[in-house]
Amino acid sequence: MSNQSLFAVVLALGVCAYVVASYRARSLAAGKPFTLHSRLHYYGAFAALWTVLPALLTIAVWAMAEPMVLRGVMHSHLPAEVLAKSAPERVMIDGTIGSLADGLARLAPDEVEQALAAKTPLVGLLATKGVAMGAEPAAFQIAAAQDLNRATAYSRFGVTALALLLAICGMVVSILRVNRGLRARNAVERIVLAGLISASTVAILTTVGIVLSMLFETLHFFSQVSARDFFLGTVWDPRFSAAGSTSATAGQFGLVPLLWGTAYISAVALAVAVPVGLMAAIYMSEYASKGVRSVVKPVLELLAGIPTIVYGLFALISFGPFLRDLGSSIGVSVSASSVLTAGFVMGIMLIPFVSSLSDDVINAVPQVLRDGSLGLGATRSETIKQVVLPAALPGVIGAVLLAASRAIGETMIVVLAAGIAANMTVNPLQPVTTITVKIVSQLTGDLEFNSPQTLVAFALGLTLFFITLVLNIYALSVVRRFREHYE
Amino acid sequence: MTDVTADGVSGTSSITTLDPAIAARRLARRRAAEWRFQAYGIAAILFGLFFVALLFAVIGAKGWTALLQTQLTLPVTFEKSVIDPNGTSNHDDIMAADYTSLASAALYKRLGISPDDAAATALADGLISTGSDVELRKVVLDDPSVIGTTRTVTLLAHGNVDALLKGTIDRAVPEDSRQIKDQQIAWIDRLTAGGSLAKTFNWGLFTRGASSQPETAGLGVAVIGSLYMMLTVLAIAVPLGVAAAIYLEEFAPRNRWTDLIEVNISNLAAVPSIVFGLLGLAILINLVGLPRSASLVGGLVLALMTLPTVIIAARAAITAVPPSIRQAALGVGASKMQSIFHHVLPLAMPGILTGTIIGLAKALGETAPLLMIGMVAFVVDYPRSPLDPATALPVQIYMWSNAQERGFVERTSGATLVLLVFLIAMNVIAVILRRRFERKW
Amino acid sequence: MVAFSDTAVVNGTGAKSLNGHTELPTGKVVAVDCNVYYGDKQALKNVTVGISERSVTAFIGPSGCGKSTFLRCINRMNDTIVGCRVEGKITLDGEDIYEPKLDVVQLRARVGMVFQKANPFPKSIFDNVAYGPRIHGLAASKSGLEEIVITSLKKAGLWDEVKDRLKEAGTGLSGGQQQRLCIARAIAVGPEVILMDEPCSALDPIATARIEELIDELRKNYTIVIVTHSMQQAARVSQRTAFFHLGNLVEQGDTQQIFMSPRDKRTQDYITGRIG
Repeated sequence: MSNQSLFAVVLALGVCAYVVASYRARSLAAGKPFTLHSRLHYYGAFAALWTVLPALLTIAVWAMAEPMVLRGVMHSHLPAEVLAKSAPERVMIDGTIGSLADGLARLAPDEVEQALAAKTPLVGLLATKGVAMGAEPAAFQIAAAQDLNRATAYSRFGVTALALLLAICGMVVSILRVNRGLRARNAVERIVLAGLISASTVAILTTVGIVLSMLFETLHFFSQVSARDFFLGTVWDPRFSAAGSTSATAGQFGLVPLLWGTAYISAVALAVAVPVGLMAAIYMSEYASKGVRSVVKPVLELLAGIPTIVYGLFALISFGPFLRDLGSSIGVSVSASSVLTAGFVMGIMLIPFVSSLSDDVINAVPQVLRDGSLGLGATRSETIKQVVLPAALPGVIGAVLLAASRAIGETMIVVLAAGIAANMTVNPLQPVTTITVKIVSQLTGDLEFNSPQTLVAFALGLTLFFITLVLNIYALSVVRRFREHYE
Repeated sequence: MTDVTADGVSGTSSITTLDPAIAARRLARRRAAEWRFQAYGIAAILFGLFFVALLFAVIGAKGWTALLQTQLTLPVTFEKSVIDPNGTSNHDDIMAADYTSLASAALYKRLGISPDDAAATALADGLISTGSDVELRKVVLDDPSVIGTTRTVTLLAHGNVDALLKGTIDRAVPEDSRQIKDQQIAWIDRLTAGGSLAKTFNWGLFTRGASSQPETAGLGVAVIGSLYMMLTVLAIAVPLGVAAAIYLEEFAPRNRWTDLIEVNISNLAAVPSIVFGLLGLAILINLVGLPRSASLVGGLVLALMTLPTVIIAARAAITAVPPSIRQAALGVGASKMQSIFHHVLPLAMPGILTGTIIGLAKALGETAPLLMIGMVAFVVDYPRSPLDPATALPVQIYMWSNAQERGFVERTSGATLVLLVFLIAMNVIAVILRRRFERKW
Repeated sequence: MVAFSDTAVVNGTGAKSLNGHTELPTGKVVAVDCNVYYGDKQALKNVTVGISERSVTAFIGPSGCGKSTFLRCINRMNDTIVGCRVEGKITLDGEDIYEPKLDVVQLRARVGMVFQKANPFPKSIFDNVAYGPRIHGLAASKSGLEEIVITSLKKAGLWDEVKDRLKEAGTGLSGGQQQRLCIARAIAVGPEVILMDEPCSALDPIATARIEELIDELRKNYTIVIVTHSMQQAARVSQRTAFFHLGNLVEQGDTQQIFMSPRDKRTQDYITGRIG
């Protein structure tokens, strides 16, 4: 049975369980509902949950595992030289075997026997059943396809049987348990609590998933390119090597120029965003009238909601060429994808981010400090500069670090506006490239999955994750300590 | 206030005993500093506002023309000999017929050129879009009775014609460096004057799929793909996020494990989006084997990305409900779970809703993670299920921005306008909801 | 200094115009027909009072009667509250403090304030006290500044306790010490008037007693106005007392007279504990 129909059957069983259990509970109560511990629908829910949940869990787990298992079965038939082929070719072969299996399944078993015995070409036979094959399948492919069909049949039978068994057992046992002593509501609420807890652990699972998924590929990468060359290398030149390349033509994967580019562009972005965002936040919370605030705040929030690709596009079609033309008009050579272009536009993107974080931080400083300063005869600006900002300093630092983390991880603006060549230049009018640009470019080419060219993207991703992890954790702890201090 | 110190050098201890001239000067300096400080604040705000305006102006100016498309209106004769030569109304014949020749024939007739004039016909063919055969075929398939008749049909003009009429191709440039030749310009002017050639609202921008020609390219697939993804995000991130928020706010004990969960959530909210794309690539595509370019995969990745945002917003909304409500519910005998689901959650709903809409808006605009999982496919037909290949709005913008043809520059900005309109609408709805349902406890 | 004649009791309900007064009050700080509004709500009604120089005047009354509001008018701290409107005339040494030519920044250097809860800046003890003099440019040199700080700390009775930890954070002191630090901070600017808004309400009895001793010392050189919700404190510390009730200044006069033989029934009710 397919997963969809199995799912439907289990759900139907659940509904049955609900109805029967509720009815049983009602008859037990015999017209006096207060003799039961819980309200009627809890009994029904109790039975329904015990029917549906174990079965659904089984179906879900197997739905994730089945493709892997079946692929394993298929690959056990593949000879060594096929397994050694590149990833796209293997995907094609898998696809061929899949179509073959599909076609064979449409034929009656004796038809297949006859064809194989008589060595008639299967291509024609399969075409009559609506399955198009490019060429006559090889012997190992036929064997693989037949085994695949067998394995699929077993798998489907197995999961159907198991799921239905669990569902029916669950239904029967839970209905039988419906009696006056059953604290149905408690049981149901325990199940709901378990559900809530598992939802909470998704966050941890995601982080673990991120780390593990990139870790494997990164280790794979380090088996081909030494970690030292990666972390300390100063040249980035990942030539896509042809098959059978020697180390002379292999690429170089030095992280340092990418780190430099990322840091440089982020620094420019922060240099724009922090002063502007901080001053805007100060003005809005300390000086602006209610009317001004009610207009400006939503507009700044609007800036925050603009997707980064729009900023990237803006830099690409307007700001970059503008700077380039401006430069050429005064005789200075400015690249259209210079550090200044990408950094400035990224800074504009970060302004509302810095502004809203700073606003929170400034408002956390208690009013009594301001009153104390104003009471001594200080002007508003003196109060802000000498009392409020120093008091808010940890929070502001936290905000700047979070903005830095955002800048470092930013992708679309730099993909569209920054350069591609890994330059280690100090000149802000020249292009540099960043870690994120390289992750995108290494993975949107031709995917030869086990080559260092593609695996390096994961190493880069893991590096990026750790850098932002450190920044985030530090920044968040600084901000939290700051807030606790004033609360 | 008398001075305690007799030494005049060390200064005075009261403002009334300061030298008035010095005091006045100092005061003036302080006032000036105050004024300057306020000016910096205003300048900062204006700086931000200026760039919002500039962004919209630039994109609007370059993109609004994408809402118009040049179309040719001609009487086309649906020659039976071309469409259904065998007279059998065979579906395959109809599908494979040479509709381009029918369109060309109609154009030659209108322009008054002989079909034998090779040079002229070549130029004339450059006025019609290469996608016109599909359009004519659709007319026939919709209504086979047109075979053998002459009907007035509206066809897409070639991208170059569109570019000329929108001013992107400059007439003043010498003919050799132009893609549109003088003779074609003459015809175009004649057809425009005669009313056969006109710019109409470009519905195709919203209904068509990917294409290598700018005039037949549209956002239809991208919009449907984004829609599927938003639905997936809604179906996954919201229940999970609210459930997690409820647990963390109401039930979780304060121990190391829950601290770890909280640190994790705060960190995940700040992880670069491209990392989620790598996660999707490594696990969903390589390990589990889901199809590349499927909107389900994109939706799952975006859901994981939006989850921390929803959790944080839901927690804030749940915390805002005062404890008196919970205590009142418990006081009448409700269980903790009941007090939460029957009382606290409904009151926290507006806040959760607003947070969800904002999270969805962010997810709608995300490009990087989708690039990683391969949603850069060239998809012509609408995806029929979330497992079919599709693309997303921001990814389509990215792909068009890489294209070289002139017409795509306009489309890129036009698509950006569409995206911005969607996003502004979502944010405005969120703000309105927040204002309407905001309760001051 | 001639004090206000004790025979004038302002009628809380009648609106007396400036010309309607039989005798204008005199003092270091004089308010005539002061009305304060928060938006549409009126917080103070026609308050007319004189504060004598170099003595302690106490404002007493139940919560919400407007005494803190009036206190904050004297150094124009109400300017920082959005929607607050002050009408009437308040003078310091005869000059109208709301006159446009008068810079509020300088007014606040002449009229200092100590708040209900001690609010030392998150700076060192030295920098807390030095903040005011620095801003107003009172010290011509570093040593001058040090002298001002030391003198102020001595006058506030805090010097012995902090003399070897001037660089430590002001927030690290005990509650009573922090409040004395705030008093030192206010004194450092050399004010003529010190306003104190319930300065001891957050302190324990011992710390309160120390501050009351300090106030007694300080009144030799400064004009002090103290808002307090404790009648006993007002009786201990002040020479003159003004009783506020529901935004009206009901009665004012010598502390002894107010507490022993109040003239208005409302004052009597408050003192005997029947209201407030």
